Amino acid sequence: MVKVILKDIPDLHKLEVYKSNGGFETLKKVVTSMSPEQVIDEVKKSNLKGRGGACFPTGLKWSFMPKGNEKPKYLCCNGDESEPGSFKDREIFERNPFQFIEGALIASYAMGCVASYVYIRGEYWKWINIMEKAVAEAYEAGFIGKNIFGSDFSTDMYVHKGAGAYICGEESALMNSLEGKRGYPRVKPPFPAAVGVWGQPTTINNIETLACVPEIIKNGGEWFASIGDPRHPGTLLFGVSGHVNKPGVYELPTGIPLMELINDYAGGVKGGKQIKMVIPGGSSMPPLTREECMNIKMDNESLKEIGSAIGTAGVMVMDEDTDLIKVLIRISHFYFHESCGQCTPCREGTGWMYRVLKRIDEGKGRQSDLDQLISVAENIEGNTICALGDAAAWPVKWTIRKFRDEFQKKIPKEEVTLDVKEKVHALRKSPEYISNNTESDNKMVLEMFGNVREDVEEKRFSGDE
Amino acid sequence: MSIPYQEMKDNFFNEEELKIVNNHLKKYPHKMAATLPVLWMIQDKYGWISKDAMRYVAGLLDVPPDHVYGVVTFYTMYNEKPVGKVHLQICTNVSCMLNGAYDIFHYISDKLKIKNKETTTDGIFTIEEVECLGSCGTAPMMQVNNREYHENLSLDKIDTLLDELKSKHI
Repeated sequence: MVKVILKDIPDLHKLEVYKSNGGFETLKKVVTSMSPEQVIDEVKKSNLKGRGGACFPTGLKWSFMPKGNEKPKYLCCNGDESEPGSFKDREIFERNPFQFIEGALIASYAMGCVASYVYIRGEYWKWINIMEKAVAEAYEAGFIGKNIFGSDFSTDMYVHKGAGAYICGEESALMNSLEGKRGYPRVKPPFPAAVGVWGQPTTINNIETLACVPEIIKNGGEWFASIGDPRHPGTLLFGVSGHVNKPGVYELPTGIPLMELINDYAGGVKGGKQIKMVIPGGSSMPPLTREECMNIKMDNESLKEIGSAIGTAGVMVMDEDTDLIKVLIRISHFYFHESCGQCTPCREGTGWMYRVLKRIDEGKGRQSDLDQLISVAENIEGNTICALGDAAAWPVKWTIRKFRDEFQKKIPKEEVTLDVKEKVHALRKSPEYISNNTESDNKMVLEMFGNVREDVEEKRFSGDE
Repeated sequence: MSIPYQEMKDNFFNEEELKIVNNHLKKYPHKMAATLPVLWMIQDKYGWISKDAMRYVAGLLDVPPDHVYGVVTFYTMYNEKPVGKVHLQICTNVSCMLNGAYDIFHYISDKLKIKNKETTTDGIFTIEEVECLGSCGTAPMMQVNNREYHENLSLDKIDTLLDELKSKHI
């Protein structure tokens, strides 16, 4: 099986071993004999798509950067990796850091970047240390710095440590965080290639995307384009977790059947149980039912056809005994906690979804709650600056659509009936009520109608997230 | 604010550390960009970031103190209050939850008799439920003091782990 990044070479994380396996030869070839346009063309030919989740063609993204050197240009390498279910970048940092560094340097050459910033989430203390050491070694060996391989090309590389915010994985939030501000996503346009970090042209690429680049230049774009599914070529680092016997990161060509990934590589479902639900690409992607899992291939186009997406290829497997409401509560709590708070639909909606789901789990749900949740989700989706709104809405919307019975079971049949509600409304509109709006009247209304609302309001103000 | 920031407190960093600050400043075209790394230095040294420290950082980087305050409150890893010497951060997100992270959380919580985000009376342990730490393949897991990862946890390992941590950090 072809491996592009996590090759089976012992000690590949050491500079000596990486060099003796042809490391930095590609960089030498690029800076001494290729023009930036040739590099971009080769990447375009490979049809490499961004590995951060949006699957945007990398070559095209690079070609958006303005030519010329009037303004300093920057490359940001996105190692924020905070999506639940995704744990692939740390594997690259640990097992093949220099291939990523080489890829970032080739990208810097292709776009003429004066510096690249490797943004790594603050929790990855161990991997930040690894990368700082690797970058220092590469500086010492002359691969980063002034006049690399005797050419006119000079660039710098710095490791930047985040401080624990999921939203900083969004490209414009990452730039704000790099500038030392709160990680607020920016309104686009202007796109980063025009106005990026410190107002200069910037490109943001995922760590995995950049790690593919040296192999693409070395073996040619056609070679890469022939791996896996032609619509989304290359290999992916599938992170399999949840109820499987052998969770971990597996590098496999795109288009591999999901069941093969789960059974042959991840050792099958724990205890020989059946699958109930699989999230194919990190917690924000619409989940798959057992039937959908059986014939699905793991590439972005195939998943799109059934209404999901590959995301970061973090596959979360849940067996037949999983309580989906608990899972969904946890997911919606995550987005509630991580919403940056700029856009009202996301800031408020994520909290509503969390509280309503919690209410259903506590057995206090109402018959209208499920439709209400879908309606809230649909009002978040597409109405926010960045994609966190969509990411929060999709799992709620699609889990409820696909597993409605599970949720319905938890909702008690008896609740405030419609006639009571109508009576209350009629009472509230009546002239007597309006003219004698005393405290006792309010109490009466509350007795008839209020107990349902009370616990919601209480939660909201008691500081219980 | 009537007192100039520089005069409020100037002993948060020693000479050596100020050199490191200067190295951080060299990486970026603007001083403000060093806010995160400098705050990390404060937290690594003192364990948390006080309001005085925020004002000090603001003076150091020529940014308004409210900017620094905004940054500290935005990012979850910065502690605005002192925490115990051993800060246990237990991931309870989906993959860890499926593998029993809540059992571990409740076990530790009961054993140490503290709730989420509380510190034991002797000031040794703080327990906190955190979001995904990117360790889904080795779930359940916890991080200690924003640094080391302890992965593939199980209930029977917890007691020895807590003892180890106690002897290591005190």
